[in-house]
Amino acid sequence: MSDLDSIVQAALADFAAAGDPAVLENAKARYLGKAGALTAALRTLGTLPAEERRAAGARINTAKERLEAALVARRDALAESKLAHALAAEALDVSLPGRGAGTGGLHPLSLTLERVEALFSTLGFTVADGPEIEDDFHNFTALNTPENHPARSMHDTFYVDGGLLLRTHTSPIQVRWMETHPPPIKIIAPGRVYRVDSDATHSPMFHQVEGLWIDTDVSFADLKGVVAEFLRRFFEREDLAVRFRPSFFPFTEPSVEIDMSFGEGWLEIAGAGQVHPNVLSAVGIDPERWQGFAFGMGPDRLAMLRYGVDDLRLFYENDLAFLRQFA
Amino acid sequence: MRVSEHWLRTFVDPGRDTAELAERLTMSGLEVESVEPAAPPFSGVVVARILSVVPHPNADRLRLCTVDAGDEPLAIVCGAPNAAAGMTVPCAREGATLPGGVTIRRAAVRGVESRGMLCSAKELGLSDDASGLLALDASLAPGRDLRDALALDDAILTLKLTPNRADCLSMTGVARDLAAVTDRPWTAPDCSPVAVASARVREVRIDEPEACPRFGGRLIEGIDPSRPTPGWMKTRLERSGIRSISALVDITNYVMLELGQPMHAYDARHLDGAIVVRFAREGEKLTLLNGDVLDLEGDLLLVCDRNKPLGLAGIMGGEHSGIAADTTDVYLEAACWNPAVIQGRMRRLGFSSDAGYRFERGVDPELGPAAIERASALVLAICGGRAGPRTDVKARLPERRPVRVRSSRIARLLGVGVPADESGRIFARLGLEPRRDGDDFTVTPPSWRFDLAIEEDFVEEVARVRGYERIPSTPAAHVQTMLPRPEGRRSAFAARRAFAARDWQEIVTFGFVSSDVERALSGDAADPAPVRVLNPIAAQRDVMRTTLVPGLIETLRTNAARRETRVRLFEVGRVFRRGPDGVAQPIRVGGLAWGDAWPEHWGGPRRAVDLYDVKGDLEAILHPNRLRTAAAAHPALHPGRSASMSVGGRDCGWLGELHPRLVRTFGLATAPVVFEIDLDALVERAVPAGRPVSRQPTVRRDLALELPDQVPVQMLLDALDAARPPFVVTIRPFDVFRGGSVGPGRTSVAIRVLMQDTARTLTATEIDGAMAALAGVAQREFRATLRSQEPPR
Repeated sequence: MSDLDSIVQAALADFAAAGDPAVLENAKARYLGKAGALTAALRTLGTLPAEERRAAGARINTAKERLEAALVARRDALAESKLAHALAAEALDVSLPGRGAGTGGLHPLSLTLERVEALFSTLGFTVADGPEIEDDFHNFTALNTPENHPARSMHDTFYVDGGLLLRTHTSPIQVRWMETHPPPIKIIAPGRVYRVDSDATHSPMFHQVEGLWIDTDVSFADLKGVVAEFLRRFFEREDLAVRFRPSFFPFTEPSVEIDMSFGEGWLEIAGAGQVHPNVLSAVGIDPERWQGFAFGMGPDRLAMLRYGVDDLRLFYENDLAFLRQFA
Repeated sequence: MRVSEHWLRTFVDPGRDTAELAERLTMSGLEVESVEPAAPPFSGVVVARILSVVPHPNADRLRLCTVDAGDEPLAIVCGAPNAAAGMTVPCAREGATLPGGVTIRRAAVRGVESRGMLCSAKELGLSDDASGLLALDASLAPGRDLRDALALDDAILTLKLTPNRADCLSMTGVARDLAAVTDRPWTAPDCSPVAVASARVREVRIDEPEACPRFGGRLIEGIDPSRPTPGWMKTRLERSGIRSISALVDITNYVMLELGQPMHAYDARHLDGAIVVRFAREGEKLTLLNGDVLDLEGDLLLVCDRNKPLGLAGIMGGEHSGIAADTTDVYLEAACWNPAVIQGRMRRLGFSSDAGYRFERGVDPELGPAAIERASALVLAICGGRAGPRTDVKARLPERRPVRVRSSRIARLLGVGVPADESGRIFARLGLEPRRDGDDFTVTPPSWRFDLAIEEDFVEEVARVRGYERIPSTPAAHVQTMLPRPEGRRSAFAARRAFAARDWQEIVTFGFVSSDVERALSGDAADPAPVRVLNPIAAQRDVMRTTLVPGLIETLRTNAARRETRVRLFEVGRVFRRGPDGVAQPIRVGGLAWGDAWPEHWGGPRRAVDLYDVKGDLEAILHPNRLRTAAAAHPALHPGRSASMSVGGRDCGWLGELHPRLVRTFGLATAPVVFEIDLDALVERAVPAGRPVSRQPTVRRDLALELPDQVPVQMLLDALDAARPPFVVTIRPFDVFRGGSVGPGRTSVAIRVLMQDTARTLTATEIDGAMAALAGVAQREFRATLRSQEPPR
């Protein structure tokens, strides 16, 4: 029987030594094939006496099962190893940059206007729009600013062909809205405006957002509440200080200039007031029955303060290196 | 307006320090823009008189002065060329500290001991004059501290007054309002009548009673024109920003600053007959004090004598009748002009004056007589002379209508009730003569308040004097309405974000552009012409843009110059086009792509961006709307690479490569692809409507065609689409090429056809029949030849 054991030992050694499937299959043939050593041992059974044959057969079978199991295990091991090699060869440097389109972005003033519109919409303000080339009536006269009124010198106006002008504020949007919508009215009017002015803090074209809320009892106290809350939400600063001081606009009475402070110094941020009765009358709204406030603020200024930009002109130079910061 | 705090405090004591005073003024509506010291800090400088000047023994340029600085005479070495015995000058004594921190010590200068330093205006930070010692008023006593002698411990408050507060364009105006707001008394300057020592009067005739409500005048004879303006007056004028000219002119300016009444002084020698107020006549000319020669227009109001214009009423006097160095008889004018005849005139004439600035905002019609008396007293005191009787001609004084102010209105407008007692006290402090009736009042605006006319104006006064800070800041607690959010329209911001997500950077450019660029882009076909800006900020911003392209190209150029190699820009904005109903101002979205199609990558090929890249982005951004493009000429675009765009059958824009000629004009290295589309087309989209999805297998067949070159593929697709049986669900090109095995003038187009029935599996007969029908359309309608009917891949 030492023969059988040595066959098994030799076969197991050959299987283990087989480095690829072909060598392994050759080894299998040498032991388990038709001319294999174990098959030969099986053939010798017939030469044994009958009483020994049964026990010898059982031993040979056990040996055969053991070899077959070893063979399967070795085949699996070889396949695993082959896969592992293949996978290793396919490995990527996952740290390299990805492929595809680059990244665009919104202009910082769009980010600001979107935020302003979103915040006011939570209070129920609708967004209104209107033309940039305006007529004198909607830009001035309907706003209680007749020709030659000294208040017109507050707005250095661009004039264009046809007796028209470039709107100096977005207030004409309010006038047009009031002409076509009965109260109650609750709108904001964002847009581009134009004034003859150009330096680090003035651009000949800039933006405004005006708000208008007309109802039966919308008061100066409501104005204070709405604007102060807006500023705190916009800047996400509960400690933001807001100051209201008397001022003058032809289209509001009382009028107010609104300053804010992050702690030191005041910054002018908005002009506002209760809508002047002449403005309401001019569009056919009864000022004894309806009242409310209007405000105007500069998104450019808001964006400068929000994003830490100190020169207004950067917004209109459109240097991509600057704009990319605001994706 | 510049206000000397020192001067202001001579009229009112607001009981506050400088900072608190500025704060109070600002919070009452008189915004203090800045507070600056009248002089920089220095100490130990006194008034000194030079007793003698002798040459320095060891230096040609230096001299040895002996000065009286209040006690024992001091020897001081001085290099100033104007040092002279008898001169009164500033002297920094030993231990003095000058601006900038220099301390003066006893020192030997070229071997001679010097006990202090005589100072120029520059050394004391009072002006830029370093030419010599500052000459002081000889009446100042030696030894007196200079800061005290010149009232240098003063602050200049610069007020940014709103146009409605003309009443505060003077020291007493500010003092009066400050007194009302702080509830303190104030004292007006002494304007009591001077003694009349002459009988001479000049007759005044007002031809325009509406334009000139009041005219006051006085002749003062026999003055001494050589008398200088006193130092105190000079200082106050200078701190108010007005240059001292001569005593008479300075007095009129001083009274204007003090009381708010602009005045004019005429040399009486040049007046002939009565003063007449009338409008200018055709062909009249006038040379003004500033040297301008005006051809007078009929809406300019004049002060004239019997035969000539003397000056522009309320704006500026004429050169001829102005005060001269030898004027001995002066005629003083203090008139009231209707703001309507002043407003707009200076802007039109291109200059301004302090008088005109005040009159166009309104000057108190009651001020004239006081101003004449005040000015007369100053003239007599400074220049001597004999005053004649004062004339005061009244025409049509502005009406002051009483106004009813309801406490209920105050409460409703402000959102907080104000006790009637408190409102009444505020009205009284402001000089509104309140008459109370229950909780309501009848108030009358004082003559100096042109801005108070309706109830709301007085509500503001109550709020202003109480302080806006005392109005509560209430959260908006009104009826809330949910806003509509139409699903068939996304916001412009959502459209912007869609562009940004596909690698486009938003820009914002000016609405006005260069007419040259506009012309280059629109060719000679610029009809109608762009809207012109009449007063452009710069020559290259002289027309309103008709497309967004100028801004896109300008931005490309800026960034290409900064070494950007791949630029993809878009802008959302209005363009302006003349139309039959005025100027159409649609909001458009314009874009420009230039350089590489993709960002540079370590593992991929580079390729220049082309029309299909941009169209692909637009298709994706417009999804689920379908974008269609068709060849269409555009003056700015390459004629073979130019398309019109439409969505849902509506023309909405254009797309193409910039014309090679313009690429050269704008100095670009390669051609950008540009487009412009209506914002509406980008934001409008149908609300989705769900349909059942077929579970049947999809059959795929390809159709390989050769077409004549000039057939646009879209036209073929439209014809196939019209001919397809209902189970053909998709027809799309997947391969297009020219050359190679394809003959000249022909294009190979491979088309993929997907078929799927909603209810059953398609039969081979149906499938082959459909393909044959489609191929037949291509052959018949487009002279297409079949390459092969390839099996599914």
